[in-house]
Order: sequence, then structure tokens, then C-alpha cells
Amino acid sequence: MSLDTVAKAAANPDSPQPFAELGLKPDEYARIKEILGRRPTSSELAMYSVMWSEHCSYKSSKVHLKQFGEKAVKTDALLVGIGENAGVVDVGQGYAVTFKIESHNHPSFIEPYQGAATGVGGIVRDILTMGARPIAVMDPLRFGPADAPDTRRVLPGVIAGVGGYGNCLGLPNIGGEVVFDETYLGNPLVNALCVGVMKHSDIKLAKAAGAGNLVVLYGAKTGGDGIGGVSVLASETFESKGPAKRPAVQVGDPFVEKVLIECSLEIFAEDLVVGIQDLGGAGLSCATSELASGGSGGMKVQLDKVPLRDPSLSPEEILMSESQERMCAIVEPSKIDRFLEICKKWDVTSTVIGEVTDGTHLEITFNGELIVDVPPRTVAHDGPVYNRPLAKPEYIERVAGEVINPPLPSTAEEIKKTILTLASTPNLADKSWVTDQYDRYVQGNTIQAQPDDSGMVRIDEKTHLGVAVATDANANWSYLNPYEGAKLALAEAARNIATAGATPLAVTNCLNFGSPEDPGVMWQFAESVRGLADGCLEMGLPVTGGNVSFYNQTGSVAILPTPVIGVLGVIEDVRKRTPMSFNEAGLELFLLGETDENLSGSEWAYLHGMRGGVAPTADLAREMRLIDLLVTANKSQLFQAAHDLSQGGLTSTIVEMVLRYGVGATLTIDNPGVALVSETPGRVLVAIKGADVSTLESLATSHSIALSKIGVTGGDALVVNGAMISLSELRIAHTETFKKLFG
Amino acid sequence: MKIGVVTFPGTLDDRDAARAVRYAGGEAVALWHDDADLKSVDAVILPGGFSYGDYLRCGAISRFSPVMEPLIAAANAGMPLLGICNGFQVLAEAHLLPGALTRNQHLHFLCLDQKISIENNATAWTNSFSTGQEIVIPLKNGEGSYQCDDETLKMLEGEGRIIARYVGENPNGSRNLIAGITNERGNIVGLMPHPEHAIDELTGPTADGLGFFTSVISAMASGGIK
Repeated sequence: MSLDTVAKAAANPDSPQPFAELGLKPDEYARIKEILGRRPTSSELAMYSVMWSEHCSYKSSKVHLKQFGEKAVKTDALLVGIGENAGVVDVGQGYAVTFKIESHNHPSFIEPYQGAATGVGGIVRDILTMGARPIAVMDPLRFGPADAPDTRRVLPGVIAGVGGYGNCLGLPNIGGEVVFDETYLGNPLVNALCVGVMKHSDIKLAKAAGAGNLVVLYGAKTGGDGIGGVSVLASETFESKGPAKRPAVQVGDPFVEKVLIECSLEIFAEDLVVGIQDLGGAGLSCATSELASGGSGGMKVQLDKVPLRDPSLSPEEILMSESQERMCAIVEPSKIDRFLEICKKWDVTSTVIGEVTDGTHLEITFNGELIVDVPPRTVAHDGPVYNRPLAKPEYIERVAGEVINPPLPSTAEEIKKTILTLASTPNLADKSWVTDQYDRYVQGNTIQAQPDDSGMVRIDEKTHLGVAVATDANANWSYLNPYEGAKLALAEAARNIATAGATPLAVTNCLNFGSPEDPGVMWQFAESVRGLADGCLEMGLPVTGGNVSFYNQTGSVAILPTPVIGVLGVIEDVRKRTPMSFNEAGLELFLLGETDENLSGSEWAYLHGMRGGVAPTADLAREMRLIDLLVTANKSQLFQAAHDLSQGGLTSTIVEMVLRYGVGATLTIDNPGVALVSETPGRVLVAIKGADVSTLESLATSHSIALSKIGVTGGDALVVNGAMISLSELRIAHTETFKKLFG
Repeated sequence: MKIGVVTFPGTLDDRDAARAVRYAGGEAVALWHDDADLKSVDAVILPGGFSYGDYLRCGAISRFSPVMEPLIAAANAGMPLLGICNGFQVLAEAHLLPGALTRNQHLHFLCLDQKISIENNATAWTNSFSTGQEIVIPLKNGEGSYQCDDETLKMLEGEGRIIARYVGENPNGSRNLIAGITNERGNIVGLMPHPEHAIDELTGPTADGLGFFTSVISAMASGGIK
């Protein structure tokens, strides 16, 4: 096939081009011609098609996401905001922390192991690109019903992929979620979060400044994997028929990435780069156009210099390839020798592929022929923006009218059965089968990991400064009311940080939805973004970045709206964190927060086939008072333990607490039926010494948080209003579920 | 007391091992796989990780790194050498210890707080413990199932060269619950679980692992392994 050059494009303006096959709409193709004043070359078409895909351009979500900027709180803590590879937050003592969450949903359905593995790899490179050492990962995961045959294909592969990649990188996995729901059967959600730490002065940005500076591609060689990953996979719904899309899934090699991380950190430490960008979705198309538009715009690249795994790749394929473990750096000529020397030390292939110019165009040649000549901003940032139609789906009003009244336990026998049912249901059962496949110890700084409310890592061994991160989503509530659902997820994630004593600082998000071409889905999305933006404004937390994953839909069935919210917090001294459970008898158990009778969206209702009702209304002012109470109490070491109440309500919380260290508890509660299964937000169970009761009472009063004593710790059983379950029986119920399901 | 910690490409637990050395009162010295220089250290740790991505077989490529040549010579002359997890795999590949580490029986990577019993406290790396002492340290690997032929197993058992065994359920299918072994002289130890991740209760399940590092320091202080 002959090379399609800029000259040919100008000479043959009417040659038909396969824009539709590349995922571009006719008006988008027309817009490209208008920008260039001619038809694009096939290489330019390839670049625009991947960069203007939903995944890269956020074309359906942009008009909504701008609220995160408009409603942003003014905070000095935010060092780098939305728009860069990841946001950066000041955590004190000269440290900056960067964190971000991304989806790798579609590839993980097609090829669970590689899809999940490269999801971890991609987010880790985003964090590295900011100049930070990656220090931990987390993985919120959602699958179809636990007993569905396809879940047995997808889940073990995803878990092995997350572990296989993350373990080999030497990153502790400190938490996440595993949730089952039938709407995820054809669309599992594989979200990956990474946290990195650096000194303020080490922050790196994606910009190609300084004419004459060199463009260096380093890391793995480019192959034919992942071609069109973002446009073909991530931006389309799955049809039941049609060809397998496996070639569009990237294949990862964590060893190469581990070496790339160490090599890059050594390069950063010697201050050898002007700008840097990783190659993820849209590969070189993305890296070159983003770097160039981050600078003055001028860059020349010789595409034939790109080292290839497969020499038969065409220029279009080289531009679109999503081969993993590659980085692109801008290096001053005086520093290139040292740069290449460090790469050689780590056996990392590095090649100068171009240079920054003082022009305004990104010019790419292949064997001397000009094949791309574009203003880079038009590729990277000036993609189409859609104000897609949105309409409140009819189901909202319908389900709001449903009466949610699952049977409630009252006798001792019923209470026991309820506790054992909730303890063993897949959504609430012990997740060790999953997390035991992840390394949580590597790096030696892990303070908390699952099943704690949040993951916590130490970032300074001398001062004991640490950060905590939690991710949460409550798709059941988001389904009933996406606006409140997003706020409630935000509050829950923030609370999960605060139970340990950390102060919430910043927010990231991964917004997983169905097709944006469905007005109902678009409405769910818009409401979720509005809720999250309003919530963050009210709680004073900046959104540092995020990710949108649309088209999580099989045929006409979309997933539940699933905005996964990540909150990062700081703790001055990790040694003083409040643990999630107690390991001594004789402590008093108090419930902070009020319990109401609304069971809509609860696990108990779901277990009884009830999806409807009215979601709780988020009371963020109260949530903030509760968070302040938790952080204040931690400073004076008031709590022996504190654990959030969320899915599964009080039952789930107390089950996790008594099983953690094998110390039982005896609870005496009013209205046990509701109290055991209600998931009223804004509640925390705490254990304190008897001598501290009055201190807690005055703290609760000053924060206007309801307080009720519900029991004491001790014994080798969980006793609730006379219903007794031995810890051994409870442990079997809680821990056998995953082993039985997945072997 | 200077204790070298070797970094191969893909090594993960080198910084953890260095921290453990410091906690035990020693001085950690970074050794690079490509540099055949032991920098006058008194003992060496091959830490855990996925050196060379476990390509070919775990430890099979690292075993040929330049640093291994002086290291093998020094260890054969009595210098204390500890291989943890991937380091144990390297020691087996280098034939400094018999047997092989194979895929876990259940085929999953496994990370858990593992109880082990110290079976031999006469080595350079276990003298801080008492024989029969039970400790809990993390176990985390995909290929930790210790295998050897019957004759080797008989020899290891007969000569007291099994230094630690798993207690309770066999976590990975290792023969005779073997968690760690030593050479005849007792200066080279291979251990599948990770003592460097159990040096304080803040970051590990216990501080039990510290004993391996204080052991080597006291062994060297009292004149080393004869």
C-alpha cells in the first residue's frame, strides 16, 4: 500500500476515506476537512479518529464536567488541577500527592486478565508522568451475579490480572470494592486507582517547550496491539454478534513497566526532562499532540524512527497503537547523553524521534515524506463537543412509588438468620479470596488495607506522615436518584477516610455509565456530575481529575449509574490512626448518627428483589460535622475503634469488627429489625473505654451528632438482643462464600 | 556491620530489606546486579520481587548477573547470604541450595500472614530464635512450592537443614511444609516468606521477622560462621 502524504491529500481531495469504520461521524469528518483546508491524510485521519473518540475527547461529557471547574472550591492544597495527567495535592512537609482513577471496563470483558492488567499499568504511568513515585493501587470492581457462568470467566481473570500486574510492579494494593449486580453481567467495571508521592519541586507537566529540544520515545517497542482501543472498544456498546474484538485489547508486560518506573524516577531525580507524557489510550497520536499543544505547538517527528516489534506496521497503525509501557519525554540537547545513559543502565530502549520547533504545527514524516501536518490543539483539545439530549427516564417516578418493605427480623431465630444471610451474601462477604491475590506489604509502608474502611500508606518514615484513600459508589442509590447518589458516595468515601482519623483533602472520580446516546443515561450522567460538583463545593473538596466511561451497555440494557468516587486524605501520624476494630473486651460500643426506616436501595431490599423506592437525601453539613468529630476524636485518641456503616448497615459493620481480631460483642438495640439492615447514611460505630463516655457525649453534643449506646465488646460470640452466633459459625458464613463460588 | 542488598531489574523488596537491616542495627549497602563488586559487605541479602519478570523461570536469568560471581565465591567461603522469596529462587537456580520453587499448588498468587515454626536456630540467619518457636510473617508469592527429589528431602531432614516450616494448612504445596532451608554450613539460607515485611507492628502483622536480621548481626559479631 502506498504512503498517503500531505501532498497526495492536497492533490486528491475527493478520495473516499474510511472515517465511519474508524468511529467518526460524517459531521466530524467534515470538521476535520474544514480545519485542514483539505482532506486529511490517512495518518491524520487515524490521529483524529482516536483523539476525537469519546474516550479521549470527552465529547459527550465535557459540557457537564466543566462544573467541576466552575463550582470549584478555592484551595491552596491543589497544586495541579484537572487537565493534566493527574491532579496533585499538597499534603504538607513539602510532599505532594497525586492520585487518579481510570476505567478499563471494555477490554476487561473481552480479555479479563490483560484488560485488568493494562488498566493498572495505564493509571500507574499517569501517576509516574506527574513526576511521582507510585506508592499504592486500589481496584473498585463490579461484576454480574456471583453465580453467573460468565462471572466465573471474568472475575478470576480480572483479579489475576490486577494482581499479576500490580504485584510485579511492587505496588501494594490497599483496597477497593467487589460488587455484584446483574446489570454488570455483560459490562463488568474494572476501575483502577493509583497514588503517587513526590516533593513539590518534582512535579512534571506534559508540555513540549523550547525549540530545538528533543522528543524521546522510551520504553517498550511499538507493536500491533491495542490498535483502535479507545475508538473501537471504549466508545462502542457491545453487540451480541460481530467479530471478536480481542486484537483491540493491549497486552501488558509489568516487568518492562517496573523497569520503566525506576528508570524514569532516576531521570526525574537528575532533572533531565522539560516535559513528559505517557503513552496510553491513542498512543503516539495522543502523546505527540498533547505534548505539542502543551507548548507552543511546533514539533517535528520522524515516525520511521519508532522502534517496532512488528516491522510490517503501517504509519497509521504506529500512530494508533496502544502498546503498553511507553513514555515520551522532551529533553534539552545538553542533557540527552545522560538521559540515554540512564536508559541504558536499565536496559530501556530509548530513541530520539523528533524535536520541538518554533512553528505551530505538528509535522510527522515517514521515510522523509510528510504524512501529518496539523495544528496539534485541533487534535488534542478542539474535538467535537456534544450537548446530547437528556431526559429524565420514566422509571424514576415509577420506582419512587414502590413500597419497600422487606420482611424484618424480630425473633432471636430471625435475627440470627438475617445476620448470617447478610454476612455471607456475595456483596458483603469476606473478600480475602480476592485480596489475598494482591501484595499489600511491598514497599513496607502499608498501614491499612482491606478490610479497613480506607487504605493508608506512610509517606515519611521519620515524621510518620501518611495518606489515606477510599473509593465508594452506591449504584443502587444512584439508580433511584443519581444526584443524591453521587453526593452520598462522596460522603461515604470521605467518612471512610475520617474513621481512621485522616482529614479529607481531594476528590477523584470514575464515572461509569451506559450509552450517552440514550437521553435517559445522559440524564443520569448529568445529574451525577451535578451532584458530585455540588457535593464537593459544599464539603470544600477540590476535584483533581477523573475519568468517564460511557457505553457500558449491552443492547438496550445499561449498567446502573456507577459514579465511583475516590477521596484522599492526610494523617499527621499514621501510628495514631484509629483502627477499624477492637481487640479487647469490656469496651463500650456507641453508634454515631441516626437510623431511619427507609430501606430503599439497601442490600436487604435487594436480597428481597426490591430495587425501587426513594434514595436518602445527603445531609452533607451533618456529614462534615461527623467527619470533624472523627478527626477530633482521633487527635485525642478517644476511640479504640471506629468503623463506617454502609452497605449491609449495622449488621455488616459489627460482623466485620468482631471477626477482625476475634473479639465478640453483645448488642442490645431498639427496633432490631430496622436497626440491623437499614443503610441510613452518615453513621459510624465506635468503641471506647468506659471512662471516656462523658467525653464522647460532649463531643457528640457539640457536633450535633446523635449518639446511642448499643453494646459492649467481649466473648467469643456475636449476641444481638439475645440471638447468639458463635464467632466460628459467623466466620464460616462470612469467609466461605467466595471460596465456594470461585474455588 | 555492612549488609549488602542486591537490586536486579524487577526486584521489589530491596528497600524493605534495607530498612529491615537498619531496624536491626546494621548498615544497608545497595549492590547493583550489573556490578561485580560486593563493596566490602559482611553479608548479603537477595530480596524478593520479579527479577527479569520471572522470564524463563523465576531467578533463572538473575542467577547469571555479574554480581553473582563474587557473591557465590564469598558465600562458598562462609559469608552469610539470605535469599528471600525471589532471592530463594535465585539461590536454587545458582545451585547454592538444593531443590526448586514451583508454581503454588492452587495456581494463585497468595499474600497472607503465615505462621511458621523455626526448625533450626543454628544458622547465621536464625540464631535469634529458639528451636520450635512459632512466628507470623507475610508469605506472598506465585511460585513458592518447594520441591525436591526424595533423596534430597531425606538429606535435608536428616541434616536438620530445614530451617522453617509452615504451620497449619500447607499454603502452596511445598514438600514437608518447607518454608526455608540452609546449606550444610548454615551461612546460606533461602526463605520463601518475607521477614522484611514484619519488622514492626505498624506496617507488618508482627515484628517477628526482625530476628532474621538481628541474627546475622550477632553471628558476625561473634566471629561469623565457622
